[in-house]
Amino acid sequence: MPTSKRRKAKIQVRDLTMRYGDKLIQQNLNFDILERDVFIIMGGSGCGKSTLLKHLIGLYMPAKGQILLDRQDIWTVPPSQREALLRHFGVTYQAGALISSMTLAENIAMPLEMYTQLSTGEIADLVELKLSLVGLAGFQEYYPSEISGGMLKRASLARAIALDPDVLFFDEPSAGLDPISSRRLDDLILQLNESLCATIVVVTHELASIFAIGNNAIFLDAKSKTMIANGHPRDLLDNSTDQRVQRFLRRQASE
Amino acid sequence: MTKTISQFSCHANGRQFQIDLLGSWDKENGVPQALSVFAKIPAGTNKLLVSGEQLGAWDSSLVSFLLQIHLEAERRHWQVEYQRVPQGVGQLLQLALAVPESRVPHQEPPHTFAENLGFQSIVIWRVVNDFISFIGELTAASGRFWRGQARYRKVDFWWLVQDAGPHSLPIVTLISLLIGMILAFVGAVQLERFGASIFVANLVGLAMAREMSSMMTAIIMAGRTGAAYAAQLGSMQVNEEIDGLKTMGVSPMEFLVIPRMLALVLMMPLLTIYANLMGMLGGAIVSITMLDVSWSQFVGQLVGSVSLKHFVIGLVKSVLFAVVVAMSGCFTGLRSARSATAVGQATTSAVVLGIVLIIVTDSLVTIATTILDI
Ligand SMILES: Nc1ncnc2c1ncn2[C@@H]1O[C@H](COP(=O)(O)OP(=O)(O)OP(=O)(O)O)[C@@H](O)[C@H]1O
Ligand SMILES: [Mg+2]
Repeated sequence: MPTSKRRKAKIQVRDLTMRYGDKLIQQNLNFDILERDVFIIMGGSGCGKSTLLKHLIGLYMPAKGQILLDRQDIWTVPPSQREALLRHFGVTYQAGALISSMTLAENIAMPLEMYTQLSTGEIADLVELKLSLVGLAGFQEYYPSEISGGMLKRASLARAIALDPDVLFFDEPSAGLDPISSRRLDDLILQLNESLCATIVVVTHELASIFAIGNNAIFLDAKSKTMIANGHPRDLLDNSTDQRVQRFLRRQASE
Repeated sequence: MTKTISQFSCHANGRQFQIDLLGSWDKENGVPQALSVFAKIPAGTNKLLVSGEQLGAWDSSLVSFLLQIHLEAERRHWQVEYQRVPQGVGQLLQLALAVPESRVPHQEPPHTFAENLGFQSIVIWRVVNDFISFIGELTAASGRFWRGQARYRKVDFWWLVQDAGPHSLPIVTLISLLIGMILAFVGAVQLERFGASIFVANLVGLAMAREMSSMMTAIIMAGRTGAAYAAQLGSMQVNEEIDGLKTMGVSPMEFLVIPRMLALVLMMPLLTIYANLMGMLGGAIVSITMLDVSWSQFVGQLVGSVSLKHFVIGLVKSVLFAVVVAMSGCFTGLRSARSATAVGQATTSAVVLGIVLIIVTDSLVTIATTILDI
């Protein structure tokens, strides 16, 4: 990775509090995601990782605090401009989230049809490229219900990279994949990071992935309802004095 | 198998209270209530000693009993000591106690009448609030649609039109034919006594044109298409498809709701015209076979007596019904929570809400036409 000394902050989170109704999920979150980071959000099950991701992509409005994209608060700009800002994002969801009534090709073509002036033929070529990138060439005419869970993950990645986004978000990309596919997905993420110069945000609790791809991370804790560590995963492993972080990263059961 | 009653004996020993586990513990024999033990403990105790010296075979009934004891003792800030308890029991107990999950109580369901009333009022208030903002968003999206800025797929739209229109024909045929026949029957019995059987045509014509065909078609569509919309959007919510759309900058209102509403608004008036014809045909069949009325007499009477304005009122109503049916289906679907049960509930409430809104709209239109004298 080209480590120019001064990379700019892509996404800044300031004093973020997240709630569902009255239910507090996380509070006092403060961290920066730099350009071309592979940023990991980790923490135990149910601590609010997916929730944080959905806040970062502007799907939910924060109960308190700000989320800045390129130094612009995504919630104070007018809605039309926010839409334009958010178009720089590509997202793959935990549940896949491809439109089930459309084929893979139609799913991937949709953002292209909407935001570009390309002809049908050009779009078809691009769709083929994106599908080949994720190893699904030839599956254009399949419906999401006709392919396996792992293929679905990759197909939704193909849709996420349709518009060559600046920032790519993954919610548990390797959950439910066999070790080899999950390793291949990690490689793919790194390649996208390098070749597209994309900033990448990954929610995961696969230790292997965390150390293989991450160069910055935060750790959310369900009990104290806030982040308890922030830094390079290896640094956290070597230097963090927090018991909870150590136990997680070293895969130890409690006590 | 020998049946020993699972048991224990206990005695106080100063500030310490000892529980001796005896014999074999087996789920078949039931699990003693931990609280019954605490009832026997004298005041001033601050330590429990559990001894397994005389314990025979055991299963999870023992662990469950000990867990209850342990939790209760913890609540009272007592110390608990285990003596000669089998290693397996100790490990299971440790595992059960080591749940790191914060024990935040799940929101308690309401118990008393007052609590229930308050709880339900809040729920209803939220639904009404959501419905109003749904209408607002829908209006905004319709605005964008008329300006040609809405994003939706034409293919989806034609598919929806086909499903709402042609595919509904069989059931609309059956129901309206039968409704026409029922109306004619009821009318015939009364009118024949006065020798006025020909007026059956007036009755069937007027009732179908003004009320029955639009209303029955709407109710059929609420059960058929409105429910389907709720199920479609609900399962899209479960799969995070709706979130996916939003992140692509596609408004679910434009992409999902507008085409559905448009399909119904286009198809319902056509179905209503068709239902009119079928209903009148039903009326004619009954009149011709039961009464002494000929085909041409029936048609002549009908055309002469039912003016165009009644048909127009029926058609206007069918457009309004289309809007409320599509709204209730889409609203409940989009509001669905993320589970299979929730989608089922959304479907049910789509039908209920749809039918309620149909009847309410119909009453409002009736009041309005009465006041305006049309
Ligand atoms: N729509 C919702 N309404 C209310 N509470 C919710 C909702 N979605 C999630 N929650 C709650 O928020 C908390 C965090 O959920 P979230 O899905 O963010 O967890 P997570 O860290 O992604 O977990 P996992 O690793 O299992 O995916 C959970 O306790 C969950 O019960
Ligand atoms: Mg999650």
